[in-house]
Order: sequence, then structure tokens, then C-alpha cells
Amino acid sequence: MFDSLADKLQGALGDLRKKGKLDEESISRAMREIRLALLEADVNFTVVRDFVGRVREKALGEEILKSLTPGQQVVKVVHEELTALMGEGESGLAFGKFTVILLAGLQGSGKTTTAAKLALQLRKRHRKPGLIAADLQRPAAIDQLEQLGKQIQIPVFRTDTKDAVEATRSGLERARAEGLDTVIVDTAGRLQIDEELMQELERVRDVAGPHNILLVLDAMTGQEAVNVAQAFDERIAFDGVILTKLDGDTRGGAALSVKAVTGKPIKFASTGEKLDALEVFHPDRMASRILGMGDVLTLIERAEAAVAEDEQAEMEKRLAAGQFTFDDFLKAYKMLRRMGPLQGLLKMIPGLKDQLGDVDVDERQLGRVEAIVLSMTPQERRSPIVIDGKRRIRIANGSGATVEQVNQLLEARRQMEKMMKQMGRGKMPALPNQQAQQSSLSAARKSGVKRKKKKKAGRK
Amino acid sequence: MARSWGQLLGDSDAPAETAEAQRGFFGRLRESLGKSRRALTEQLQVAAFDPADDASWERLEEALIYADVGVRATAELIRRLEARQDLSELNGALAEEIAALFGDAPTLNVRHEPAVILVVGVNGTGKTTTIGKLANKLREHGRSVTLGAADTFRAAAEEQLDIWAQRSGARFVGGERGGDPAAVAYDAVGSDTDVVIVDTAGRLHTQSNLMDELSKVRRVIAGRREGAPHEVLLVIDATTGQNGLQQARIFGDAVGVTGVALTKLDGSAKGGIAVAIAYELGLPVKLVGVGEGLEDLRPFDPDDFARALVAA
Repeated sequence: MFDSLADKLQGALGDLRKKGKLDEESISRAMREIRLALLEADVNFTVVRDFVGRVREKALGEEILKSLTPGQQVVKVVHEELTALMGEGESGLAFGKFTVILLAGLQGSGKTTTAAKLALQLRKRHRKPGLIAADLQRPAAIDQLEQLGKQIQIPVFRTDTKDAVEATRSGLERARAEGLDTVIVDTAGRLQIDEELMQELERVRDVAGPHNILLVLDAMTGQEAVNVAQAFDERIAFDGVILTKLDGDTRGGAALSVKAVTGKPIKFASTGEKLDALEVFHPDRMASRILGMGDVLTLIERAEAAVAEDEQAEMEKRLAAGQFTFDDFLKAYKMLRRMGPLQGLLKMIPGLKDQLGDVDVDERQLGRVEAIVLSMTPQERRSPIVIDGKRRIRIANGSGATVEQVNQLLEARRQMEKMMKQMGRGKMPALPNQQAQQSSLSAARKSGVKRKKKKKAGRK
Repeated sequence: MARSWGQLLGDSDAPAETAEAQRGFFGRLRESLGKSRRALTEQLQVAAFDPADDASWERLEEALIYADVGVRATAELIRRLEARQDLSELNGALAEEIAALFGDAPTLNVRHEPAVILVVGVNGTGKTTTIGKLANKLREHGRSVTLGAADTFRAAAEEQLDIWAQRSGARFVGGERGGDPAAVAYDAVGSDTDVVIVDTAGRLHTQSNLMDELSKVRRVIAGRREGAPHEVLLVIDATTGQNGLQQARIFGDAVGVTGVALTKLDGSAKGGIAVAIAYELGLPVKLVGVGEGLEDLRPFDPDDFARALVAA
């Protein structure tokens, strides 16, 4: 699906130059494409309805009608609206003298792992966190938290009781006594319609007196996200959401649904299995993702046009194998040079954008990147992990760059590898199949198109 | 007639579910699907459905989308309904068409000795819990069972499975945390029980190194026992949206999934993603999970599921 929404909108609206003005029918067609794209991304259908209504109003505005590329303009409106909708609200955590954070959510949403990740983040911010094991439902849940705590050397408080309220109370007492300043309470997963367990959660909350109540939500959740969020909000009035498993290829429309229905901000996103893979949430990236048309994808499109096919195949093979060495990095930079104005291109690369800020990118700077890479030994280019402090100084000296610049480049490669992994593995191979999903419901019904049954998968 | 465990396991002369057991199960499923049944019926406004009215069809579309059936399977269902002459019994017609997308009621292939079942899925769908409940049912139906803890990644996964093994009276084969999951699978498959169930670590289907690891587990199993694994069950959480299709595709490519276990149907989630998976990938649902208790795993019955979904 991905960037084809832009194409479809262009298709629906793009023939303006011929017609001279937009008619009602083309706009309706465009709105239907937006609706389908959002539904495919698992945005709740009532949220979609409202959202499309708003976009339609804006799209009917003067500027868009006058524009020569209304398709692109509409995409821009949709993206802006989505970003705005998802970005509202305070994204930080609230802290007190002794800060309590309560995590709640459905079974399997990732609370226990998230608790450990959050604790690690907080320690990086110079707090003294502890973990309270209040999941007394799932077998071995406490062992899991304890093992995770051991892994990151953060104290875990467990109590030999069957009562989550008691476990929380006792954990809080001991955490205070040990002089910690922040605790995270890991509660059992529960269905929002399970009255008994929801009451237990309320009691745990009352005992914990949390400064932050966070709903842990699986990014792959479907239409149900709205019911879950509403019910948890009614019962424990959470302050924000942590979105988990965002390292998969889900479009993550649940994020929009939850935000739209509860108004509560998404504060963090979990993007990997490693315990440091918890990030501050980026509304603009999420908007792109839901629409399936990130900057990155634009970049790929251009790259495809600029790169010889065999070169691309080679690169893809290496990426699929999880390798993105400095040799590849250098190649990628050379590709970039063939692709057009550098300033814009580099900013499309996640990670680089943040690092470059508003710095002007000129040929000289690109030359430096090349120089730094060329100052590495073949081994360093192949496995950058060997580049330690000593080697960094040598590389800096050799290339006439500062150590800081070398570090930035190392970080940029790491980011790029991560990004390539996420795309190369999940999204790219998915394209052919997903594109087939582009059929429009109503169109199919009205035209009575016969659908071929897909060949059976997974029967090799 | 609800499908019984005996039928699912292919036991000869297995009767369908007795009326009593059925009531118990139906009660549970109806109770658990209560919310979704209401929601779908409300959405449909069945009484007001007018085949000549576009708005009626649109409401139907939305009701199906709301159940996570997805755009394409929804389009197919609507196409099929439109082809029908008589839509006076809309709910019944819809349930029939949904059931038809699922095809025949499946069986679980446990006739080999040992029959090896490999269980896979993304993180947090309920693999270990499903295995525990399945082991219990197999024990009740006279099979000896071995559980292999090839989830060597997640903290305490082995402990969790061990607890289930004790509850169900199954043999337990574990390994070291951080060890090679294929080695654990190899040991487990060597067991001489009637059925061997191998648990694996949850993994996102986009992590190709982990998917390779899973393929290796499968290869090692196949190397130790010819024809194994006889079943590869993909566990999917009923709250999952359209990403479930990607999960089924990619796990299917990696390890040849033979069926789906749809878990957490006791929530208000409709589990419509199973319809999408059956329609687009032809992958049958074999088991449904309706709670955390030992009894809360059931053979999948297409008609029951479809009727429960639309409340026909």
C-alpha cells in the first residue's frame, strides 16, 4: 500500500489541468481513497469518518482548488491533520519527590518488558528507579520481571502474596526504604470487560497513588483499540499511552484511534526487543506511517530511479542479511549524489535529520563523509563494531575531521542500518501483496469485479 | 452441533459435543462475544436493511470492518451477498457466507507417533498459554504429551511453560536461557510421547534473523523425525488488526504454517482477522482461546464462529 495513497489521490484529483477545476466526484473519490487507506491501517471506522469529514472541508478550501497538484495538496492536508491530531498533549512524564508510574493494559501488550525498558530510560535520566511486580496472574510473570531487573541491575520488589494490592503496597514501602525515587508498578494484563480484574486495578491505583498511569498498547491492535482505551480511561483515567511492537510492519492506526477517542497523548514507542529500544513518540513519523508514505519512501522511490538495478539487488541482498557496512554507506552516499539536491535528500533519512538540524549540507561536507570512510581500514568498514576510541582518533586524523564528526558518522550509519532493517525486512517484501489490497470496497461492489482467490500461502 | 475435541483430533467415532458441554461452551462464547454480537447487530440495523439502498450496504461494510474482517474479505462478503436473491434473513445469510470463507471444519493432525506440533507467533499472542491448554486437552483424550521450551529468549518463558506442564501432566524438556532453541526442539522431538509440542519465542515477523532462526528450528525437527512437524500453529491474538495478514504470510513463508489458533476471544474483540486470513491465504483456524482457564481452549467450528460473530 504505502506510497500509493499519494498516487491514488493524484489519480483522483490530478487531472485538474485538463478539467480546469475539481468536481464533486473527484473529491469524493479522493476521500474514499483516504478512508480506505486509514481503514487498512486499522484506524477505527468512526474515527475515520470524522477525520475524512474534516479533511474534506479543508480540501474544499481555496488553496487546494487553485493548486495545480491537488493530489499532493490533499496528501499534505491529511498528513498535517494527522500529525496535529496525534501530537497534542503533554508528552513528558510527571515527577514528584517519590514518583510512581503505573502500567496497565491487555494481556500480551508488553507491560513487563516495557516496565524494564522504562526503568532503564529513567536511570539514564539520573533517577533511581525500582520495579514492583504486581502481576500475580500470569505464571512466572514475576520471574520474568526479576530476570529483566537483574539484566539491567534495577531492583525488583516481589511479595509472596496472591493479592496485587498488597504486593504494590509492600513494594512501595520497601522502595522508599531503600532510598529510590521512582517506581514502576507492573500490573497483570486484563481484559477491559473483566469486572473483577478492573476493580483490582482500581484498588492497585488507589494504593499506588501514581503520578503517571500509562496504558501499554500493542501497535498491531485492530478496531478493538477504541474499546480498550475507552474502558481503561473510564476506570483508571490513564495519562498517556506507550505504544509497543512498533518495530514490526504494522501501520499502527490504533495509535490514532486511541488519541482521537481519549485525547490522551502517546508518550513512548517501543521499537525493539533490546531493553534500550524505547523512544519518545514522534507524531509526524506516526502520521507518515499510518498513511504509509513516509519521507523515507519518497527517498526509496528516487533511489530506485537513480540506482542501477543490479547494484540495487546486491544492496538488498546485503540488507536482508542484516548488514549495512560502511562500504554500503559510501555507496548509498554516492547514490544520493546522483539523486538530486543533497540538502533535502539527507534530511529525509531518519536520524540524519535530527543530527544535521538546519545545518547547510554542501558538497564539502559530503566530501568529508567520504574522506572519513576512506580513512577506515577495510575491516573497519566491514564491521564498524571494531572502531574503538583509538581508531576513532586515527580515522579523524587521517581524514582531517574531528573525532566528533567521526562519531556522528558512526551514529548515522547505525541509524541507517536500523532503518534499513525495519524497511528492508518487513515493508519492502510486503509491497507486492499489499498493493493488491488497494481495491476499493464500493468500486468492487458497484462494478461487480470478480476477485480471484489468492493462492494459498504457507503450504510449502 | 459444536465441534468436539474428539472430532478435532480425528479420533474414530468421535461424537460431536454433548448438549451439556455444548451449552457450557456456547454460554461462554456467547457471553464473551456478547459485546461484539450487540455491536454488529446494532451496526447492521438488520430490520432497516434495504438491498436497494446504498447506505444500508455501507453500514454493512462498516460493521464488517469494525469486526477487523478487513477491506478485501469485506468486499468479497458483500459481493456474495449481493449475488443472493433473497436477503430477508440477512444475519443468517451473512453467517453462511462467513462460514463458507472458512471452508470445512479442520482437524488437528496428531495421528503420527509422535505427532509434532510447532507453535509460533509474534510476541504476546498467548503461545505458551495455548500450549498449556492444548496439552491438558490432549492428556484428557488419552495422549501422552511432551512440552519443549524452545523459547530460550524471553525471561522466565521456560518457567511459565514448566508450570503448564505440571498442571496438565505433561513431560517437560527445557534448555538454557539464551541457548539454541533448535537444540531444545531436537531434544523434545526425541521424546517418545504421543504428542510433542514445541513452544517458540515470540518474534515479530519483520525480524528476519529471528525468522531464520525459526526456520532452523523447523529444519532440525524435520531432520530428527521424518514428516515432522505435522502441525505448525500460528497463534494470533483476536485483537489484532490487519497486520495479522502479514504475520500469517511471513510466518507461512518461513515455517509453513498449517493452521491458526485464535486467542483472547473472551474479550470484546471480534477476531475478524481470522476471516481475512482464511479468505486471503486459505489458512484454516483450528483452535480458539476463550479465557485463561485450563478448559478455555476449543476446537474451531466455522458455523459457530460465524453465527457468534453476526449473532444469527
